Amino acid sequence: MESVEKEEVRTNPGVQGLERREITLSTLRQAVLNGLDSTIKTDQFLLNMGPQHPSTHGVLRVLLDLDGERIKKAVPDLGYLHRGTEKIAEYRTYNQIIPLTDRLDYVSAMANNYAFVRAVEKLLQLKVPERGEFIRTIVAEMQRIVNHLFWLGTQALDIGAMSVFFYTFREREVLLDLFEKICGARLTTNYYRVGGVEGDLDQDVIDALYKFVDSFEPHILEYNTLLEHNRIWLARTKNIAVITGEDAINFGLSGPTLRGSGVDYDLRKYEPYGAYDLVDWSVPLGKNGDIYDRYWIRIQELRQSASIIRQCLDKLPSGPFMTDDHKVSFPPKGRVMHNMETLIHHFLLVVEGFKTPSGDTYCGTETPKGELGFYIVSDGSGKPYRMRIRAPSFVNMGAFNHMARGYMIADIVTIFGTYDIVMGECDR
Amino acid sequence: MVNDLIGALIVMLGVLFVVLTMIAYLTYMERKVLGFMQDRLGPMVVGPWGLLQPLADGIKLLSKEDIIPSEANKAIFRIAPVISLVPAVLAFSVIPFGRDSFGFQGITLHPYIADINVGILLILALSSIGAYGILLGGWASNSKYSILGALRSAAQVISYELTAGMSVIGVLILSGSMSLVKIEDAQSGGFWHWYIFPQIVAFVIYLISGIAETNRTPFDLPEAESELVAGFFTEYSGMRFSLYYLAEYANMIIVSSIATILFLGGWDPPLPALGFIPPVLWFLLKVYFFLFFFFWIRATLPRLRYDQLMRFGWKIMLPISFANIIVTGIVAWALQR
Repeated sequence: MESVEKEEVRTNPGVQGLERREITLSTLRQAVLNGLDSTIKTDQFLLNMGPQHPSTHGVLRVLLDLDGERIKKAVPDLGYLHRGTEKIAEYRTYNQIIPLTDRLDYVSAMANNYAFVRAVEKLLQLKVPERGEFIRTIVAEMQRIVNHLFWLGTQALDIGAMSVFFYTFREREVLLDLFEKICGARLTTNYYRVGGVEGDLDQDVIDALYKFVDSFEPHILEYNTLLEHNRIWLARTKNIAVITGEDAINFGLSGPTLRGSGVDYDLRKYEPYGAYDLVDWSVPLGKNGDIYDRYWIRIQELRQSASIIRQCLDKLPSGPFMTDDHKVSFPPKGRVMHNMETLIHHFLLVVEGFKTPSGDTYCGTETPKGELGFYIVSDGSGKPYRMRIRAPSFVNMGAFNHMARGYMIADIVTIFGTYDIVMGECDR
Repeated sequence: MVNDLIGALIVMLGVLFVVLTMIAYLTYMERKVLGFMQDRLGPMVVGPWGLLQPLADGIKLLSKEDIIPSEANKAIFRIAPVISLVPAVLAFSVIPFGRDSFGFQGITLHPYIADINVGILLILALSSIGAYGILLGGWASNSKYSILGALRSAAQVISYELTAGMSVIGVLILSGSMSLVKIEDAQSGGFWHWYIFPQIVAFVIYLISGIAETNRTPFDLPEAESELVAGFFTEYSGMRFSLYYLAEYANMIIVSSIATILFLGGWDPPLPALGFIPPVLWFLLKVYFFLFFFFWIRATLPRLRYDQLMRFGWKIMLPISFANIIVTGIVAWALQR
């Protein structure tokens, strides 16, 4: 084990030629006399998994040192989906960066939008109208449900339970249709704006949302009948990829991956934003820090999210959903069309973007996958001087070798799954 | 003599045609059944309700480019799928599909190709040969995923064939014959004569081993998509790939047929009053019940892990099947006295 630890990370092993060894009578005799290990040299079995692999959740590549089916070392090789989001952002105004964040974690674009606009608002010290905050919270929780449904389906599919995938996608579809009604897009939503959101929630969306959260619990029970007490599911998830709370903190894990180890850390509770401190909800925590606990937490979060959405809908205040600070938000269309100065202001806002005070800020937001943070350095212009993304998938991936070592090949995919990893966010 | 030969030839061609059609449409049936269990429709485009889908699939696979990896052992790579499929189809030679022989113009047509006195042994032997197809195919591909899949498969088939063979012995003790026709005859006369009741343990063990032997969920480790891409046939494409596929489905039909014959009385109607329905239909009904059961399992259960599978096979299934043999032997001996 020691030598494996010290061995340099082999990033490009190429094709390992299979050496042919003659086993003669004398080697066999030696093997009998001296023991097998001393005479027959055994190599590690190095398996290059990905980036083209059906279940590495995108273009993730992992190098596995195997002893039979057991993993001696697992080295993730990231970067196959690197698109330079952070660099591109330096050449875009803040509102133009929002669509870029859609493409980070492409299965929960709303959450990324939210994380980014919160960072910019923190930089601007901007206050969002109450209705805007409620709508943001509702939509963020919808996105959390969408994300966890997606996660549950793929995790079950990785372990071989096929049907759960189709059941979860059925409910996901309902929410994606609602996204389409809210903002016109299903996946790359581009809905949040600095200072509010792009459009209001219509009454029919609110009605449909009520209907959804009311009918959601039976669906959760349906997924659980297939999994929760399934002996095979338990055997595949209990005591697999265990990480203690202490180790989880040391590796900087966040989100359900951290809470599965019993660490009570949820930014929505810890430093509340949006309408999270105005509604009643709790943070589910695991005990053992294994895959089953993280599964259980995400199931509970589905329930909590549905409850948050319902309470937010009940309390949804009337009023504007976008800030009336027209240094940041566009002036009303009617005035743009009739007033020269407003037209010029509108033009400048589009072309140059709004100015931010110089300085830097970090703002973390609890996305479905963990803490997604944006660190923005501003030089006072309409574009960030430097933007850095703290992606939960990337940080969680750091604990991969620690969590995968000693388990079997079959567990590798469940361990990818348990981070809820999305390579778009991981490689940025 | 000539008449016998003609009769045998007609039956052979008939069985081959029926079996190949059954296999082709089994893929369709699987997709439809899974589709309905998963809130979707399954194939719907080719032909009415997608009924011509197997044909379209066949044409597609036949017209695919023939790819052999450059580092593969070409001869073995070519022959391995054949080794897999041929024994699977060959096993149908001893399966009795019905009860009555009928004749016309001096030619007798039997409901089976051959009734040999070691029928069940022949089938067990053939299914063991099928494992070579998987092992050789995985080895010859010279791919790491393939070799892992092949190794898993070899270990799995050996472990579970043992339990399958052991579970059959109970039935052999009761019927006193290894001929499948005789075993069926011994159970005729209503469902209370079926061996499923005295041999319920063996039945469950056989069914589980059967699923494991055919590499179906939850024992589909050799071709576990999420871990090993496609397992032993990762490097295969086109018609060679489909030979493996056909072999898997042929094995499913064989396992279902054997389960039907050994435990559910084969062609025997559950009540003698239902005898007006032809025995062949009863046989197929029971076979399709098992096939449906396979699909049902696939839609429901996750996949076991390799070590769990082995532990389950050797530490749970095998001791139970041994116990079953001993208990059956003692009871049969006591009843005879």
